[in-house]
Amino acid sequence: MADKKFRYNVRDHAAEYWERSPKWRRVCLSISFIAFFYALPFLNNPLINTPGSDFQSVLFYPVGMYVLMAIGLNIVVGKSGLLDLGYVAFFAIGAYTMAILGTHTGLNFWEILPIGIALAMFSGALLGTPTLRLRGDYLAIVTLGFGEIVRIVAVNIEAIGGPRGIAGIPTPPDFFNAKFTILDPKPYYWVLLTFTLLIVWMVRRMAARRPGRAWDAIRQDDDVAQLMGVNTLKYKVWAFVLGAAVAGAGGVLYASQILSIVPDQFNLNVSILILACVVFGGIGNLWGVILGATLLAFTPERIRFLSQPRILVFGIALVVMMNLRPDGILPKKKREHFDPNWHTVEESGEGEIK
Amino acid sequence: MDFALLRDAFWGLTFDGLALGAIYALISLGYTLVYGVLRLINFAHSEVFMIGTFSALVASGIMGVKVEDDPRTGWKMVLTLLVCLIAAMLASAITAVLVEIIAYRRLRQRGATKLATLISAIGVSISLVEAFRIITHSLPREFPRIMDKTFLLSYAGADIRNDKVIVIVAAGLMMFALERFISKSRYGKGIRAVSMDENTATLMGVNINKVITVTFLAGGLMAGAAAFFYILVYENTSFKVGFFLGISAFTAAVLGGIGNLKGALFGGFVLGVLETYTSAVFGTAWKAVISFLILVLVLLIKPTGLFGESIQQARV
Repeated sequence: MADKKFRYNVRDHAAEYWERSPKWRRVCLSISFIAFFYALPFLNNPLINTPGSDFQSVLFYPVGMYVLMAIGLNIVVGKSGLLDLGYVAFFAIGAYTMAILGTHTGLNFWEILPIGIALAMFSGALLGTPTLRLRGDYLAIVTLGFGEIVRIVAVNIEAIGGPRGIAGIPTPPDFFNAKFTILDPKPYYWVLLTFTLLIVWMVRRMAARRPGRAWDAIRQDDDVAQLMGVNTLKYKVWAFVLGAAVAGAGGVLYASQILSIVPDQFNLNVSILILACVVFGGIGNLWGVILGATLLAFTPERIRFLSQPRILVFGIALVVMMNLRPDGILPKKKREHFDPNWHTVEESGEGEIK
Repeated sequence: MDFALLRDAFWGLTFDGLALGAIYALISLGYTLVYGVLRLINFAHSEVFMIGTFSALVASGIMGVKVEDDPRTGWKMVLTLLVCLIAAMLASAITAVLVEIIAYRRLRQRGATKLATLISAIGVSISLVEAFRIITHSLPREFPRIMDKTFLLSYAGADIRNDKVIVIVAAGLMMFALERFISKSRYGKGIRAVSMDENTATLMGVNINKVITVTFLAGGLMAGAAAFFYILVYENTSFKVGFFLGISAFTAAVLGGIGNLKGALFGGFVLGVLETYTSAVFGTAWKAVISFLILVLVLLIKPTGLFGESIQQARV
């Protein structure tokens, strides 16, 4: 701990700069930051270009989608410390809602979106209410099973396409001048970015208020939190449901862009990759999670020229990174008044899944 | 739904389920041992198993067995089987120890969170699967038939096949040996001590690093044996063979109470039999769903698994 003082800490310096800035500078910075992301599809920089795949498509999926889902999973894993290994299930539920309602009823994307979110939330509550009473490791296996079950059910029910999935999902209707077509991923990216910004805003608001404090308490010590009068089950289920809602929204949008879905797109690897995004970037820290998701989604596309061994390189990179920075690239700020002589603080491992 | 099949072939299905369950039990011992000592789910364990199957395949090739050959007989068969078994066990054990050194050791010594360690193990798992996918060109491999598979006897309409008998008996012997090792040997005592209380064990002079290496070694040996038995009965393997077997074996470990050796054993057999029954009744596609529902029910009624958790209780 002693050498920490001399190390240049990007996160703390950035936070300090932000806190010292007057309001006008904060507004300017935020606007230019957001404008940069909206303008990203027009950027044609050889450094960030993706040879072998269309850069604008990559921005939507996987990069943007992974960022969105990582933020959603961060509510569950990072904020309240519940290990969810079946997050892809909610994404699949959103995507299937869009696919089924879009092909069978006349509803359009904007009408299906709330239905998809509601269904994902409902299944989150359905899974969460009985299983969130269990300890962390069991929760992991139950959610892992749930993720696989949703996929297996989709494969085995012929009415929703079975293993062939559903094709011919309608695109969203035109929105002012923006036309949603398969050829142009830009409008989808902008919708996704808007979702992401809304969710970032929502999560930041919640984290600063009662639910955020409840999640903090639950993550640090479930029993103590309950003893202190926090209704732990209620807040755990809420964290689960909110995480599910984010993935559901992502799923609806994804299905309307990709136009045809098959169950095998929603396999365990997606859940694990999203979890890797959260932990890789710095669990519990929103900016770290966003950075981690961007890097993990972007790197395999950037190194597509390696073709065959790119996933292998990705796996090795994951091991090396975790060994060098086990708290992620941008770790969560430790408590303000940290007493280095109080060893139990370190041992109790803030954010650890118990 | 086909309950008639279950009624008619009940004993045959039970026997097949026990053979599958023996393989599950051997794999889940690896999960349970590591969980008991480190309180971590070893995500790379399914790949330890996968490497075992490929090593048995390579060993059979070295022994000169070809797919189109007739099955061997006499001492030649016994020798070939033993060489394949030992190759699989050694390769899996070495892999397991390497996984511990690469993915776990440094993180453990730095006191990293469980999730960071989990991701590191997932990284190793992804790397191994991908490496084997590239080596095998994503194709499944066939294992030559070393021994002639005959029906030994028929009991109540159940045909008892010799290879499955070997699997059940050999798995039982291995688990017995492991149980002896954990409860009697010096390192077994170390493993139990560390799983009880790591800090106190260190103070009492237990070398944690050595104990953890031995734990991974034992888990790897069991997974290697399971890999050989799997390939002997099902006669094929591929780079993704570990995935579903790993999930089932882990479910078995949780079912019996993770961290508990007897629990892993019992959970493995129960899950193997139940999966065989449900695939007979509902079709193989639904067996994962049914075993998942059973798991959730068990956890809701008895959250610590059927036998409770912790290796200390494995003492007989």
